[in-house]
Amino acid sequence: MAGIELNNIAKSYGSVEVLRDINLTIEDGEFIVLVGPSGCGKSTLLRMIAGLEPITGGEFHVDGRRMNEVPPRDRDMAMVFQSYALYPHMDVSRNMGFSLEIRKAQKEERSRKVGDAARTLGLTSLTERLPRALSGGQRQRVAMGRAIVRDPSAFLFDEPLSNLDAALRVEMRLEIARLHQRLNATMIYVTHDQVEALTLADRIVVLNAGDIQQVGTPLDLYERPSNKFVAQFIGSPTMNILGVDQTDHGVKLKDGTILDVGSRGEQKRAHELGVRPEHLDVVPEEAAHMKGVAELVEHLGSDTNIHASVPGVGPVLVRQHGHFPLKTGDAVNIAVDLEKAHLFGPDGARLAA
Amino acid sequence: MNALRQSSPLAVTGKYLALAFYVAFALFPLYWLAKIAVTPDKLIFSEGTALIPSRFTFENFQTVLLQTDFLAYFRNSLIVSIGTAAITTVIAAAAGYAFSRFDFRGKRLIIALMLITQMFPLLMIIAPIYKIVATLGLLNSLTSLIIVYTAFNIPFATFLMQSFFDGIPKDLEDAGMIDGCTRFEALRKIVLPLTLPGLGATLGFIFTAAWSELLFALMLINSNDAMTFPVGLLTFVSKFSVDWGQMMAAGVLALVPSCLFFIFIQRYLVQGLTTGAVKG
Repeated sequence: MAGIELNNIAKSYGSVEVLRDINLTIEDGEFIVLVGPSGCGKSTLLRMIAGLEPITGGEFHVDGRRMNEVPPRDRDMAMVFQSYALYPHMDVSRNMGFSLEIRKAQKEERSRKVGDAARTLGLTSLTERLPRALSGGQRQRVAMGRAIVRDPSAFLFDEPLSNLDAALRVEMRLEIARLHQRLNATMIYVTHDQVEALTLADRIVVLNAGDIQQVGTPLDLYERPSNKFVAQFIGSPTMNILGVDQTDHGVKLKDGTILDVGSRGEQKRAHELGVRPEHLDVVPEEAAHMKGVAELVEHLGSDTNIHASVPGVGPVLVRQHGHFPLKTGDAVNIAVDLEKAHLFGPDGARLAA
Repeated sequence: MNALRQSSPLAVTGKYLALAFYVAFALFPLYWLAKIAVTPDKLIFSEGTALIPSRFTFENFQTVLLQTDFLAYFRNSLIVSIGTAAITTVIAAAAGYAFSRFDFRGKRLIIALMLITQMFPLLMIIAPIYKIVATLGLLNSLTSLIIVYTAFNIPFATFLMQSFFDGIPKDLEDAGMIDGCTRFEALRKIVLPLTLPGLGATLGFIFTAAWSELLFALMLINSNDAMTFPVGLLTFVSKFSVDWGQMMAAGVLALVPSCLFFIFIQRYLVQGLTTGAVKG
C-alpha cells in the first residue's frame, strides 16, 4: 500500500551536511536495505523517514502525499530500534499493544492482535513478563511484535540485530525474511552488515559519507559495483585492489606482468584492478599471473583463505573452495579470472566492460 | 555474592565490624537525642553520661505537645516544606527535561547562571533578600519562605532531575511517538512513570532541606504564629535556662515527618527500573 518516494532529500545540522541529494523510489512491498559504514547517514535517513528527524531539504512522499512535516504518529510506520526500546514498566503484551491502546482500540481487538503476533513470534508464554525478565533474543521478538501488531504501511528496522550474538542473529535474520514473505509489506532496513544486506534485500542502497553510491539488487552490486567503494564494501572477504598501469595490450601490474583484460570502454584511464578472492585461483606455475608466498592460510572447512604476498604487487587474498593443502611459507602461483576482474579509474569509478 | 564467598572469614568480619562502627558513629547523636528526651529532668545532670537513664518518662513529650506552640511550628514547617518540595520539583522536572532533551538558544547561558547562583555564600545575600521580602510586604509569612527556598533549591533540583532524565533512553520516547503518542503523551505515559524514582528523590531532598533550614526562617520570621520548627526550637532556650528535655523531645518529633517521607519514597528510589528497556 505504500510507495515511498524520496526526492533530493538532504539533512544538515547547522553547517554540517550529513546527507545530500538522496533520490530513491521504494515500491510497495519491497525490502530495501540501507547499508554503509558508521556515520554514513543511513540511520539518520531512516529516522527522517520515520519522522523522528526533521527533513532539511527535498521532498518525501508516501503514496503521492507529501509527508515532510507529518508527525511520526500519523505516518503509519512501525519501527524496530537497535536498542529495542521496550517500555520497561509495561509487560510484554502491553508493550506490543501500546499503539492500539493509544489509538483507543477495543479491548478484544487489542488482545486478539497481540495474541496473534505473540503466537507468530513464539512469545505466548511470556506475555506477562516485564522486559527486564527477557533475554536479548526475546526482547528483539517483542520489539518486532510491537511493529507487527500495528499492521503498518511500512516497517522500519534500525540495525535490529546488531546487539544479538552470532547464532541468534542468523536465526532472527531468517525470521525477518519469513516475516517479509508472509506480510508482503514494505520494509526499510538499516545495517552495516553486508551479509544481512545481501541475504534480506530486494534492493540494496549503499551509502557513504552522505551520498548514495549505488542502488541495485544484491547480485547487481556484487557483479557490477559502480565504484571501488561499493566493490570493497560488498562481498566477503573484501575484494583485492591492485595498482595497475595502462598499456596497449591490457593492464600492467606493478611487477610488470601484463594482464589482457580485453577491450573496455574507456580503458585508457585504468588505474586499479579489482578482483574478488573467489575469482583468484591457485594454479601450476606455468599458468600463473602472479607468484607469491603464502603468509597465512586460514582453513575454514568449506573454504581456504590464502593470504599471499606477491613481490612487487603486494598482499593478495585468494579463496579456494574446500580444504586446500597449503602451509604458511609455501609458494603460491595465482591466476586471475580476467572475465570477472574489474577496472577502476583514478576517481574510483568502475570502467564498463 | 561470589566475591563475598571467596574472601576469608576474617575479611568479612572486619568489613562488618567497620560497617557496624560507622553506623554506631552516625546514629549516636540520634540515640542521645532520644535518650535525653525520655530522661526525667532531674536526672539529666545528675546521671551525666550514663548510656541508659535509670528512669524513663514521656512527660517531656506531653509538655511539648500540650503546653507549647510546638504543634503550630510543626504545622508551619510542614506547609513550608511540602510547598517548597512540590513547587521546586515541578519546576525542576520541567527544566531538567528541557535541558536533557532539547537544544535551544541560551541553554548554556541558563545552565551557567544556575551554577553561579550556587557559588555565593548565603550570608552574603541575606540582607538583599530581607530587603526584597520586606518591600513585598511578605515578612512574617510562610509564603516568603516558600518563595525563597524554592528559588534557592531549583538549580540543584534541576540538575538532579536532568540526570534522571538523561538516564532514560531517548529511544523510548521515539518508540512512543511512532506508536502514536504526541510528544506530551510520550512524556506522560512513558517517561513520567520511569522518572518516579527521580521525582521521589528530588522531593525528599528538597523537603529535608526546607524542613531543617534555619537562617532564612530566623531572618524573615519574627512572629510566633509563622515560626517554623527550627526557629521554634530556639524558644526552648530562655535567658536563664535551657529546657533540654523538652527541646530534645521536640527534636525527636521533628524527625518523624522526615522518616515517614523517606519510608514512603524509598520504594521509588529502588534502582534499576529502566532495566530491560534497552540493551544494557
